[in-house]
Amino acid sequence: MDTSTLIVSLAGVLAWAAPILFAVLGETITERAGVINLSLNGTILLSAMGGFAMAVDTGSLLLGFLTGMAIGALVALVVALSSITLHQSQVAVGFVLALLCRDLSYFLGNPYMGLPGPRLSTWSIPLLSEIPYLGPLFFDQDLVTYTSFALIFIIWLFVYKTRPGLALRGIGERPAAAFVRGANVKRLRYLYTVIGGAIIGLAGPAYSLSIKAGWKGTISGLDGIGWIALAITIFGGWNPLRAAFGAYLFSFLQWLGLALQTRLPNIPSQVLQVAPFPLMILTLLLVNIGNAEWVDRILASLPEGMRRVVARFLRALQASPPASLGVPFESE
Amino acid sequence: MPKRTVWLNILFQVAAVLLALGFTTLVLVMAGAPPLVAYQRIIYGSLSTFSRFTDVLVSWIPLMLTISGLLITFSAGLWNIGIEGQVTVGAVFTTLVIRLLMDTAVPDSLVIALSILAGVVGGALWALLAGALKTFGGVNEIFGGLGLNFVATALTIWLIFGPWKRPGVASMAGTEPFPAEFSLPLFPDLRLSPWSLAFGILAIVIVYFLLRGTHFGLKLKAIGRNMRAAFLLGIPTWQHMMLAFLLCGAFAGLAGALQVTAIYHRLIPSISSGYGFLGLLVGMLINYQAIWAAPVALFFAALNVGSIQLPLVLKLDSSFSGVLQGVLVLFVLMTEGLRQRLLGRGGLRLGRKNQGEK
Repeated sequence: MDTSTLIVSLAGVLAWAAPILFAVLGETITERAGVINLSLNGTILLSAMGGFAMAVDTGSLLLGFLTGMAIGALVALVVALSSITLHQSQVAVGFVLALLCRDLSYFLGNPYMGLPGPRLSTWSIPLLSEIPYLGPLFFDQDLVTYTSFALIFIIWLFVYKTRPGLALRGIGERPAAAFVRGANVKRLRYLYTVIGGAIIGLAGPAYSLSIKAGWKGTISGLDGIGWIALAITIFGGWNPLRAAFGAYLFSFLQWLGLALQTRLPNIPSQVLQVAPFPLMILTLLLVNIGNAEWVDRILASLPEGMRRVVARFLRALQASPPASLGVPFESE
Repeated sequence: MPKRTVWLNILFQVAAVLLALGFTTLVLVMAGAPPLVAYQRIIYGSLSTFSRFTDVLVSWIPLMLTISGLLITFSAGLWNIGIEGQVTVGAVFTTLVIRLLMDTAVPDSLVIALSILAGVVGGALWALLAGALKTFGGVNEIFGGLGLNFVATALTIWLIFGPWKRPGVASMAGTEPFPAEFSLPLFPDLRLSPWSLAFGILAIVIVYFLLRGTHFGLKLKAIGRNMRAAFLLGIPTWQHMMLAFLLCGAFAGLAGALQVTAIYHRLIPSISSGYGFLGLLVGMLINYQAIWAAPVALFFAALNVGSIQLPLVLKLDSSFSGVLQGVLVLFVLMTEGLRQRLLGRGGLRLGRKNQGEK
């Protein structure tokens, strides 16, 4: 494989990661506020279908993306309402919505199956795209991919460098303390769940109007992405930068699977496409295993030098969720 | 519980069903379909003839098996989302045993029995894997289970397109069907097997008494309510959780085994047919009370069978049953929350002593 083909492939990896990034970043914000939105898989499918249908009917890409965001926000609002106000299990409601929205997208999307629709075109940034190697990699993409680049840093800055970001982390870690300091925990949780949902809702149109343009119902190949995004959120340790790394890694592994297919003709393509999933379990295992007690015991029995290396490795991978993730908050 | 609270509870549940029907009617209108005709087709498609009703039972059996298993894990406070994979691996193990033994001197009925047993073992092993990931690896059972579901699907597809492919060309239609002597006996002229029906009924009866009348069931519930307290009381918590996974996986594996031996007679890519996830939905709807499992599962199975009519008659997608089922569960959960908010938990306003009843 020569350099230019490789660059084109890697640019594809960056573009393919964009929808996953939206989903992961949206979920990161939601979970930072202490709410789990388990509906991702359904939200992505429904926003993909809804965004595509809107774009086909009106011919406007912008309206398509806005529809996707509105769907994401609406589904998140149901999660917030059910859990924050009505005290139902977040996991239960999210899971029901994941199935419901998926079936809803197949049912309502039926008339739009296989229709030709508008597609976002590439928009090379003048001058910057001329830079050797980096230009075609980063600056010869479409608007969706640029947005995904920008969002990583915007959200990282927001979470770690601003005052509202501090409050966001506060309501996820110690809601009682945040409440005492004047934060309206419930209202903020509503706000960030809905904002997070709107960002997740970008993921659908990013598929159906850009990298996998069109709507093909059950064979769209989008079923499952949402569950992966949830796993990457954990892998990302609720940190936007690490989450972005996870999304790019996953996208890269998927590309690698496709690239290897020509070399390994005996393995059916369906198997290579799901190869990242076992890897995802493995990474989740590595992220979590440092928390297990028996690991500490084994570590203690290792020789000094080796123990330090292994311990440092596990610490680097380890991630702990926001302390009040999934825990309802009552002010009285 | 005072009479007034009972009536109010029923009122809220009726409201949930009406809201759900209202929502699905809206969805039908959006899809440009006549709602009344659609509902009529679903009822007609599931109940109009005796043979259609037995088709509902065919769909009810695997659902019953997955719910039975899930009631055990739910009791222990576990969300066994990996159940889809457990059904799938059960089916894979069953297919494996039939393939290994079908050309040997082993009697046909013994082959079937062994293959079903293998399915049970396969499902249990796959569930233990999710349990081990949770217990020893700290991986939440929801994410471990989801990952294992994908792995199970990949395994199935690899087998169908690789080692077990049909002579000639491999396809999504599955492996080569087994000869008729390797399938469970069916009622004459029906798709229903008396054996499967017996398994389905037996499963829920066993689980009902297991959870209600045994020490084991009590310990599981203690773990589900408050794991730390259960541990301090001397209940070996992780061992019980692993056992709950194992039992749930065994029921799921049996469902997979029956999918192969009584329905498809081969391995197909979507062998689990979504019965695992549907079982989770039913579990939420009945608030994990075994007594309601059979009738609610029958209703869900009827929706599944009835909605097959929609693409044929009205050119609608058959995923409508999924929409109806999902909306129903969602509205029941939400009105339950609303009821608790308005009336207090278990009728707080009517006196504190009711608090412990739910």
